[in-house]
Amino acid sequence: MIRLSAAEMAAKLSAGETTSVALTQAHLDRIASVDADVHAFLYVDIEGALAQAAAIDAKRAKGEKLSPLAGVPLALKDVMAQKGIPTTCGSKILEGWRPPYDSTVVSNLKKNDIVILGKTNMDEFAMGSSTENSAYGPTHNPWDLTRIPGGSGGGSSAALAAFEAPLAIGTDTGGSIRQPAAVTGTVGVKPTYGGVSRFGLVAFSSSLDQAGPCARTVLDAALLHEAIAGHDPKDSTSINAPVPQVVAAAKSGDVKGMKIGVVKELNGDGYQAGVRARFEESLELLAKTGAEIVEVSAPNFEYALAAYYLIAPSECSSNLARFDAMRYGLRVGDVDGASAESVMNLTREVGFGKEVKRRIILGTYALSSGYYDAYYGSAQKVRTLITQDFTNAFTKADVLVSPTCPTTAFKIGEKANDPLAMYLNDIATIPVNMAGIGGMSLPSGLADEDGLPVGFQIMSPVMKDERMYSVGAALEAALLSKWGAPLLDKAPIMGGAK
Amino acid sequence: MSSLSRDDVAKLAGLARIEMSEAELVALSNEFTVILDAVARVQEVAGADVEATSHPLPLRNVFRADVVVPSLTPEEALSGAPAQEEQRFRVPQILGEE
Repeated sequence: MIRLSAAEMAAKLSAGETTSVALTQAHLDRIASVDADVHAFLYVDIEGALAQAAAIDAKRAKGEKLSPLAGVPLALKDVMAQKGIPTTCGSKILEGWRPPYDSTVVSNLKKNDIVILGKTNMDEFAMGSSTENSAYGPTHNPWDLTRIPGGSGGGSSAALAAFEAPLAIGTDTGGSIRQPAAVTGTVGVKPTYGGVSRFGLVAFSSSLDQAGPCARTVLDAALLHEAIAGHDPKDSTSINAPVPQVVAAAKSGDVKGMKIGVVKELNGDGYQAGVRARFEESLELLAKTGAEIVEVSAPNFEYALAAYYLIAPSECSSNLARFDAMRYGLRVGDVDGASAESVMNLTREVGFGKEVKRRIILGTYALSSGYYDAYYGSAQKVRTLITQDFTNAFTKADVLVSPTCPTTAFKIGEKANDPLAMYLNDIATIPVNMAGIGGMSLPSGLADEDGLPVGFQIMSPVMKDERMYSVGAALEAALLSKWGAPLLDKAPIMGGAK
Repeated sequence: MSSLSRDDVAKLAGLARIEMSEAELVALSNEFTVILDAVARVQEVAGADVEATSHPLPLRNVFRADVVVPSLTPEEALSGAPAQEEQRFRVPQILGEE
């Protein structure tokens, strides 16, 4: 049962062939059997999940009209506030903190009767591409436990690939939904900025952060997307417009006559041979489904990574100032006569990990008087140029495509001491965040040289998210008929459960 | 070539309210030489004629009706406090003795 898609699970629930309690218990059992190896979860809410499932079963028994995903379990990235449930963001500074309120994403999940199994591991405050920056230890890729599951949302992607949950929530500031999806053979979507509320999402870089759906199929991602999206008065950057019709797009998968733009700059040198081979193969399949493949150029994308590593640290240096040991979280050094400043200094020394400190210091520097124009100011100008490149490209194509990442999953520890090498993982995903547009990654096969999953990225204009779902569904169907079975069937079977 | 000395990093760490060991200060100073060179590339294309973008959406003020709505209780608001006293956050000394 745990290997079904969320849509199939929902169909079984509404047909009365299973109950949400049984489905939830099956996933809790799976977590108990494999998570010691995978470490996707930081907290499993056994009682809460079963109670929520029982309440949903009771509603269904009474004949209440339920939402499409009612009763299906989900894994929640630990950056989302959930009332009464530990929310750490992978950081020691928030260890033991239980939020007194729900994020809007969590409220929407509860409204849609989606069962929340627990909180998933992540790079501390979503800063990283491997989940190695979690203060609670790394998550392991179910395809090869010695490799990274991507980051920052590696717990969510690993939970999907290990069949510990059919759905998950991620957040994507520079690729933290799409890159983990790519390296675990799962689907991840970063909606248009403002499409999903940021209220209760612990802020890393406010102008880039966006929550979105993670799943094993394009349709499942679309169903979850519609459940969590929509205008929220509690987020002043939330877009007040109807949610794009992504479920209809994922169901039809019609791309006849669509123009698909291949971004020249997001390929070639630096991209692994197997990544390029799977990308070319996917383009051929899309051409056969009736789409027209065109080449587009985005000359300023080569500056995106540099701009990102100024903008995101700058915003984080400001956002993370709230962790000051005064109102919640860790407090260190509060001895008689200690000043507030010394308590802050000592708490932040102990509470933050290496990468978070590195970015706070970099951001503090980039924003400081005398350097602001040269660094943060210049990065903001690059942001304009990248947005213009997208605007130009979208006059020639309906969606843009590229490999999601330059390589497949690397070994845990391989890049841990080389921040620049780590940052290069996000080279193809970052431009999307800079412009606030939508981006999806879906599996396009395995690289011949290492047998590991490769991701295919689709980018769509602001609030045209349905386009990436149409193309994603078309490609997914073409690949499925080529493979004869979902890609995850090729992953090692863990824990013996089928 | 850009660089940050050990003392520059110490100044920034002070501004950011992060206590750092001597080893950390030196390590970060070395790393920043490489990182700053990489990010300084933005200056190659950031001409005076290019507008800056701070945010992907055209930001505007968002207002709501001035109506009281349910909020956190004092107990809820204080539920994560490292220390509390008389329904308030208890914090370390903020002002000097004098």
